[in-house]
Amino acid sequence: MAELIIFVLFGLIALAGALLMVLHPNPVYSALGLMATMLSVAVFYVVNSGHFIAAVQVIVYAGAVMTLFLFVIMLIGVDRAESLEERLPAQRQLAIVLGIAFLGLIMLIGGNAWITAPVGGGDANGTVEAIADILFTDWLLPFEVTTLLLIIAAVGAVALAQYDPVKRDK
Amino acid sequence: MAELAWVIIALPLGGAVFLHFFGQRLKEPVAGVVATGTIGLGFFLALAASIDFISGTGEPESVHLFDWIPTLGANAQVLWDPLSAVMTLTITGVGTLIHLYSIGYMHGDPRYGRYFAALNFFAASMLILVLADNFGLLFVGWELVGLSSYLLISFWFQKPEAAAAGKKAFIVNRVGDFGFLIGLMLILSNFHTLNFDTVLQNPARLITSGTATAITLLLLLGAAGKSAQIPLFFWLPDAMEGPTPVSALIHAATMVTAGVYLVARTAPLFELAEFSAGLVATVGAVTALFAASIALMQRDIKRVLAYSTISQLGYMFLAVGSGAYVAGIFHLVTHAFFKALLFLGAGSVIHALNGEQDMAKMGGLRRLLPITHLTMVVGWLAIIGVPPLAGFWSKDEILAVAFGEGGWFAFLWVIGIVTSLLTAVYMTRWMMLTFWGEPRWSEETRPHESPRIMSVPLMGLAAGSLVVGLFNTPFRPGLEHLLEPAFNGVAMAHLPSGATPWALAVVSVGVAVLGTYYALARYRGAETWDRALIAGRFSGLWRWVRNGYYVDDIIGNLIVLPSKLGAAWTAFVFDTDVIDGSVRGIGGAVRRLGAWLRPLQTGFVRNYALVTFAGTVGILLWFVSRGVG
Amino acid sequence: MEVTAGWYMALGAVLFTIGVSGILLRRNALVMFMSIELMLNAVNLSFVAVGRHTGNLDGQIAVFFVMVVAAAEVVVGLAIMISVFKRRASASVDDLAMLRQ
Repeated sequence: MAELIIFVLFGLIALAGALLMVLHPNPVYSALGLMATMLSVAVFYVVNSGHFIAAVQVIVYAGAVMTLFLFVIMLIGVDRAESLEERLPAQRQLAIVLGIAFLGLIMLIGGNAWITAPVGGGDANGTVEAIADILFTDWLLPFEVTTLLLIIAAVGAVALAQYDPVKRDK
Repeated sequence: MAELAWVIIALPLGGAVFLHFFGQRLKEPVAGVVATGTIGLGFFLALAASIDFISGTGEPESVHLFDWIPTLGANAQVLWDPLSAVMTLTITGVGTLIHLYSIGYMHGDPRYGRYFAALNFFAASMLILVLADNFGLLFVGWELVGLSSYLLISFWFQKPEAAAAGKKAFIVNRVGDFGFLIGLMLILSNFHTLNFDTVLQNPARLITSGTATAITLLLLLGAAGKSAQIPLFFWLPDAMEGPTPVSALIHAATMVTAGVYLVARTAPLFELAEFSAGLVATVGAVTALFAASIALMQRDIKRVLAYSTISQLGYMFLAVGSGAYVAGIFHLVTHAFFKALLFLGAGSVIHALNGEQDMAKMGGLRRLLPITHLTMVVGWLAIIGVPPLAGFWSKDEILAVAFGEGGWFAFLWVIGIVTSLLTAVYMTRWMMLTFWGEPRWSEETRPHESPRIMSVPLMGLAAGSLVVGLFNTPFRPGLEHLLEPAFNGVAMAHLPSGATPWALAVVSVGVAVLGTYYALARYRGAETWDRALIAGRFSGLWRWVRNGYYVDDIIGNLIVLPSKLGAAWTAFVFDTDVIDGSVRGIGGAVRRLGAWLRPLQTGFVRNYALVTFAGTVGILLWFVSRGVG
Repeated sequence: MEVTAGWYMALGAVLFTIGVSGILLRRNALVMFMSIELMLNAVNLSFVAVGRHTGNLDGQIAVFFVMVVAAAEVVVGLAIMISVFKRRASASVDDLAMLRQ
């Protein structure tokens, strides 16, 4: 029962946030909408026993990534609203049609295949210890690889920030 | 001794290869000496190998050299029997003398070495042809002599007429070869082998008369192409563009006789097909008459001889068609001698007059070219059939046998007699215009007798023409006995018994004398009779004769012109418009397709995302259609 | 009624679709990027739901890695965006149509 209420409540918040993000002309408001969605998703993680993941979601996604987004929005100076006029022919119509088709098909396919049975198996214990246990043993290699990936990303970002064609010509 | 037969082929073949690579680098007479040496040596080898046959004790032998196409029965195998021996002796004997003559005649030519390479190559090819043990190898030789003929006719290829003549000879030959090949295919399908032994050994047990007729008719087509009979004769007069020794060797003594050899060799097949044999004889006789009539009006010294060759070949065909195989081969041998002699003499005259070939500009050379003149007299008497020279014996045997066969062949005898008359007339005319009468050449040309290297072969051939006839007289039919083993199983036609041959001989000699006298009388004033005919009442007719009944023009318009138009259409219309057009069209179509698809590249990322999304939806649709979900 | 994993996945599908429409319909580069983030979140949600159902932690590990990669991607992507759009006044992706035929 409790889960149902939580699901409905935060599901609506998530949907509202998403729609706000997509529909609002002002990018700052879009960012805030996304943040709301992310927080709702974090709640869902908790409900599904993904405690550690939920924490990471809030800290990394909602905390760091969205903040970064807001910084960039301010930096580029596009806090102004963009016009809602669509200049590409048929883009809007086709997007809507395809979107509805897509959703419909997913629901159709998923309707029978998705798990409708109640929760089976044991509790997916998503505590820090449990995740650490598995992460540093079974999933050690992907862990190291993603570490490398993060380093590369950081270096890349610095390099991109350094690059200034005007300065180079001097 | 028969084991050495292949050496006779190998010698000139080796000579040809050697001279091909090194001939041009040798100093002048060396190439010629090498070439003459190979043939000369071959002659002596052939002589040695033929002793058994001559003494009557030899047996035909087949010598296997190496496998070529065993499943077809076509291997590199040499057949040494009396017929191939006679042919080989003729080829090498006359060939040696002509090679010797060429050493002098081709003096100064920039491609001296090449000439002898080609001449040796020809000799090797002809020897392959006559020494082959099976149709496959024979055909190889057949084709190779055709190639050699082309190379040698167009020897002075910078001259457009020579190049064209070579092409013409080769292409007309090809038509004959086409018939030959189909005949070979028929032989193969009926006998399952190409080996002479199997095919010619009593063919009646394997094929019907109808099949034999079909095969022999096709072989006749091939023979007609090679031996310049109707309807494939018109390449031979043009072939006179080649050097005179070439005309002597290839287009008089040897290559053109290949057709006669073919018919003689396949005699058992012709035995089964009476119609074909009759056709061979008829074609021969008609061609003989036809060609002789054209020879009457020719002005070029070599063209007269060319038409004369066609005519004499007709006699040979008449012989083998009537079943007189020995007579035919006999005439082949005698003709080789006196025709080669006449050609070489003509060459001597041409050489003396610095390249002049028009008889209207000759005359009165009797005292200035004594040796040439004397040998030419021998040749002249031989060809018109004056006893006891060679031509008399051989030609008369043919006519007598034909007469003796009776029926249709007797009618052909009449044609033969009329041709004899014409032969006498045109040959006497030839002698008169060239050697007798008043000179019609200017003083500067200063005609001189040929060097010894050219006159010695002339004398050799003249001696041969005198003597060779005596090999097969009714008193002592040496050749007949010699060739008997080669023709066993075939019913050969023989001279009619009793006094008939003698009566006929008197008739033919009489005809020859008549013709000679007529020509002597009419041509007193050199060319005036020619001119009178052209200007006189039947001028159109005579003009028609002089131009060879316009056969060349007819062929040109009927066959060559449509072919040329067809080729031009194919090259300039079909190729450029259709084939190139379709290639260009494909290119254009691709370009248009590209241009049509180009608007898809809008440059807008969102468009691309849309398309990707659409693709995703498509995949989902596909999944649904397959029953998932 | 029981809230099963299917419900979460359905919600994830809806969020995903909204994210796709965000890419297709908005011209602002940053909003497009945020839509991508939304799509990733939707998928993460599905992962966790399934993970809960099967009872092992593989789903959550997957989410972990997706988050790491997404973070890296955001860093680099925003750096690029700054480089590209610093010179221009607008952030519209429609202005980047130089590959147009």
